[in-house]
Amino acid sequence: MLELQFNKTKCSNCEGIFCLTRCQYIHLDKATAKSEWQKIVNGKDSFVLQACTTCYACEEYCPFDNHPFYLIVERQEEKGVLPAPRPIITMWVNQCQPVGRFTVGRVGPKMLSYCFLPHFNTLVKGKLFEDMFGAVVFGQEFFCNAVYLHYARTSVIKERLPQIMENIRKLGVRELVCLHDECYGTFSSLAPAYGIEVPFKPVHYFEYLYNKLRGMEKSIVKLNVRAAYQRNCSSRLAPETDRFVDDIFNLIGVERVKREYDRGNALCCAEIIRMGKGPALADDVQKRNIDDIVKAGAEYCVFNCPACWDALADKVARKGIKPIHMIDLCKLAIGETQSLKLPELAVEV
Amino acid sequence: MVTTNAIYESLTKIVGKDYVSASKEERYFYARDGGLMPPHEPDFVVLPRTTEEVQQIVRLANRERIPIVPAGAGLALTGLVIPQRGGIVVDMKRMDSILEVNERARYVIVEGGTTQGALKSYLQKHYPHLRHSIPDAPPSATVVANAVIHGQGRLAHQHGFNSDMVSGLEVVLPTGEVCRIGSCSVSPYWFSKGPPLPDLSGLFLGWFGTTGIITKLGLKLYPCKKMRDVMVLLTDKVELVPDILLRLSHTEMVEDVVISAQPLPLRFRGTFWIMTYVTGDSDEELEFKRKMVWNAVWDYFQSRDVGFISTSPEGKAPLLSMPSKDTTRFADVAKGGGFQYAGPITPIEKFPAFIRKLEEVAAKYNVFYGSTTRLIGSGHCMMFSFSFSFNRANPDEMARAKKALDECSKFALEEGAVLWKPDRDEQKMMMERMDPNTLELMKKIKQLLDPNGIMNPGNWEMK
Repeated sequence: MLELQFNKTKCSNCEGIFCLTRCQYIHLDKATAKSEWQKIVNGKDSFVLQACTTCYACEEYCPFDNHPFYLIVERQEEKGVLPAPRPIITMWVNQCQPVGRFTVGRVGPKMLSYCFLPHFNTLVKGKLFEDMFGAVVFGQEFFCNAVYLHYARTSVIKERLPQIMENIRKLGVRELVCLHDECYGTFSSLAPAYGIEVPFKPVHYFEYLYNKLRGMEKSIVKLNVRAAYQRNCSSRLAPETDRFVDDIFNLIGVERVKREYDRGNALCCAEIIRMGKGPALADDVQKRNIDDIVKAGAEYCVFNCPACWDALADKVARKGIKPIHMIDLCKLAIGETQSLKLPELAVEV
Repeated sequence: MVTTNAIYESLTKIVGKDYVSASKEERYFYARDGGLMPPHEPDFVVLPRTTEEVQQIVRLANRERIPIVPAGAGLALTGLVIPQRGGIVVDMKRMDSILEVNERARYVIVEGGTTQGALKSYLQKHYPHLRHSIPDAPPSATVVANAVIHGQGRLAHQHGFNSDMVSGLEVVLPTGEVCRIGSCSVSPYWFSKGPPLPDLSGLFLGWFGTTGIITKLGLKLYPCKKMRDVMVLLTDKVELVPDILLRLSHTEMVEDVVISAQPLPLRFRGTFWIMTYVTGDSDEELEFKRKMVWNAVWDYFQSRDVGFISTSPEGKAPLLSMPSKDTTRFADVAKGGGFQYAGPITPIEKFPAFIRKLEEVAAKYNVFYGSTTRLIGSGHCMMFSFSFSFNRANPDEMARAKKALDECSKFALEEGAVLWKPDRDEQKMMMERMDPNTLELMKKIKQLLDPNGIMNPGNWEMK
C-alpha cells in the first residue's frame, strides 16, 4: 500500500505551525495549534479533522513541504470523519470510477489534459492551441483523482492513481499540459508525496500560455484592464505556478488588483464548503470574496478553475464585474473572442 | 353491414379525402406505440378539424357499430390507443387551436389535439406570467390525452394531477351529442370542471376515451415566476426518502419534487437523487426558499445522511428543461429505443419497498432499470415508476421487460397502489380487485354512455 511520505521530525521542530495558525477557517493560537497538530501527527483524534473545510491552503502554508493537508485527509479517513455527507462522497467515488472508456484525441508526445471538465471543449480554441488541436485526454481513465482529498478518500487516490499514470504512459506522452490545477497538483505534488512515479512531465497551462504568448508578442494588444484573480483550492498544491499569473498579466497589460483575498490569503470558490459545511459559511466566504473584488476596483474577475467559474461567474457578473477564464483573457489579448460565457438562460421557466 | 369502401367514402365526405386513410402504411403506424403491448391495425385513420366533424364520425361509427379510438400523440406506452378491435382511429392533431386565455380567471381553452409544446410556447410568448403543469412527456403529447390519463406535470406537488387542473370540457358522447361539462355548461366562463355543480368530468377523465371524445378542454393556469432553480439532494438511505419528501412538502416552498434512482450512469449508483425545484420573482425570494429547503433537512445533513450537490448552470439546464430530456435519454440506454414503465400511484411511505422490488425484479429478469418518482399533492401520494428500457430488435429482451413490468404492477397492487395509465392487462388486474359495487357502477355508466360499446374497446372492459 502506498504511504504518505511524511516527516514527523519536521513538524516537531516547526515553530510557526502555519498549517493551522494561518488557517482561514479554524482560528487557533499557536499553543493550541501545536497541541492539535501533534495529535494529528500521532494519529489521535483532533477537532481539526471535523472542522477542516478541505480548502487545501495548509499544503501551501507549510514551509517544509511536509504535506500537512494530505496528512489531515489520511487521518480523516482513518477516523471515519466525513468532510461531506456520505451520499455525496459515494456519488463522487462512483462518478469517476475507471470503466475502460478511453477518451483520447490525437496521440502525441505532448498532449492536453481536460481532466473531467467539459468546459475545455469550449475554451480550447484559436491560435494559442492550434498546434495542439485534438491532442487531448479526457475522462475517468485519465482523471487525476485529487478531488478525493475533499472527501477523506486518499484510499481511492492510492488505488486509482497508479493506473492513471500507466494509462498516460502507454500513450507515449512525454509532456502533459494540465488545464486543471487538480491534475497539475496531482502530478507535481500529490503523486510524489505518495511515492508514485510520474512517467511524464506535467506542464501547467499557465506556463504553456505564457510561452505561447511570448512567441506571439507582436500580436498582443495590451488590454489595459484591472483584474482580480480567483485562486482555486488545488492551486495550493502547486503555489509556484502563481507567478505565471503575474507574468501573463504583465505580458498582456492586465493589472492584478491588490486585494485582501489574493495570493496566500485567497479565498476559494466555497462550493466545496457548501457541500461539506452548509450554506451559511459558503455564502459568507463568497460574499467576502466578491465584496473584496468590488472594493479593489477590478473590471474583470479572472478564473483559473472551471469549477470556480461555475460557482462564482454569475455572482461576480451580478456585481458588474466581467467573469473570464484565463485562457479567454489571453485570447482577448491576441484579438480573439471570449468562448466561455455565462449561459444566457440558466433558469428556464 | 355497409362495406369498407362505403365507410371510407362516408369518412371522406365528413373530413375530406386528404384526412382519411386506409393505407397500409398508416394502419401500420397507428397499430402500435412505443411500449410493449402487441400491435393491432385500425381499418381507418381519420383526422377531423371540427367538433361537428367528430360528431359525424361518431354517429357513423355508432350507427355501423364500428370501434372508434380517439388518439392524441399515442405516447402513453401502455397501448391505450392501439385499436384492439380495429375500426376508426380518430387522430385529434388537426384540432390544435388555443381558443381562449382568460388572464384574470387564469385558464386556457384548447382544442382536443393541442399539444403540450404548443401551449407552452404560446403562453411563453403571449402570457409569460402564466404557465401550465408541463408533464415530462415529449412536447407532442396532447393536453387532453394527458388529462384523460391523469398525467402529472411540473406543478403536481402544488396542484395535484393534471386532471385536477381541468376547468371544463366539451365532449362528443358516443351517441353523437355534444355536451359541456362544468361551469361552461351554464356560463360563458370555463373556470371550474364541476363545483358548484355535480362534477361530471369524472365520467370522462381516466376513462381513456371509452366514454366520449373530448373536443375542447379548459385548463387552469398558474403564476409563472421569473426565476426557477433546482436543488439536488442526495441520500444513500432509502428509508429516509419518504421523510425527506414530507419535510420538503411541509415547507410549502417547493414547486416540484422528483426522485431519480438508477444504477447507470455510475454517478447515480447507490444514491437517490431528489430534485427539488424552487421558483421566485426575485433573488431574495429564491434564496429564502433555498434556505427553507436546507433547513428542512438540516439534521440529516449534519448526520451526513443527506447532501446537496453543487451543480453548474450547464448541469442544471437539463434538469430545468421542461419537459425533461432525461426520460428520453434513459429510454435509449439499452440502445434500440424500447422503454416502458409501470407507474403506480401510491403513498410515499412505499418508496423503500418499491425500490427494493425494482432492484429484485431487474436482477431476476436481467433488464436495465431506473425509476423516476414525482411527488403529487402535498405528499398525498407519488407516482413511482418501475422503468425498463430494452432493445426493440431483441424479442427476448422485450419479453423479459414485459414480465418484469407485470410482476412490478402486481406487487404494487398488493402493496396498495393504484396503477396509473394501466395497460389492458393491468386494467383487468385492478378491476378484479375493485369493490364490486364500484365496478358495477362503472359498468352502468359505460353502458349508459356507450350502449353499443364502440368507444376504444378493450379498455375498461367490464364483463
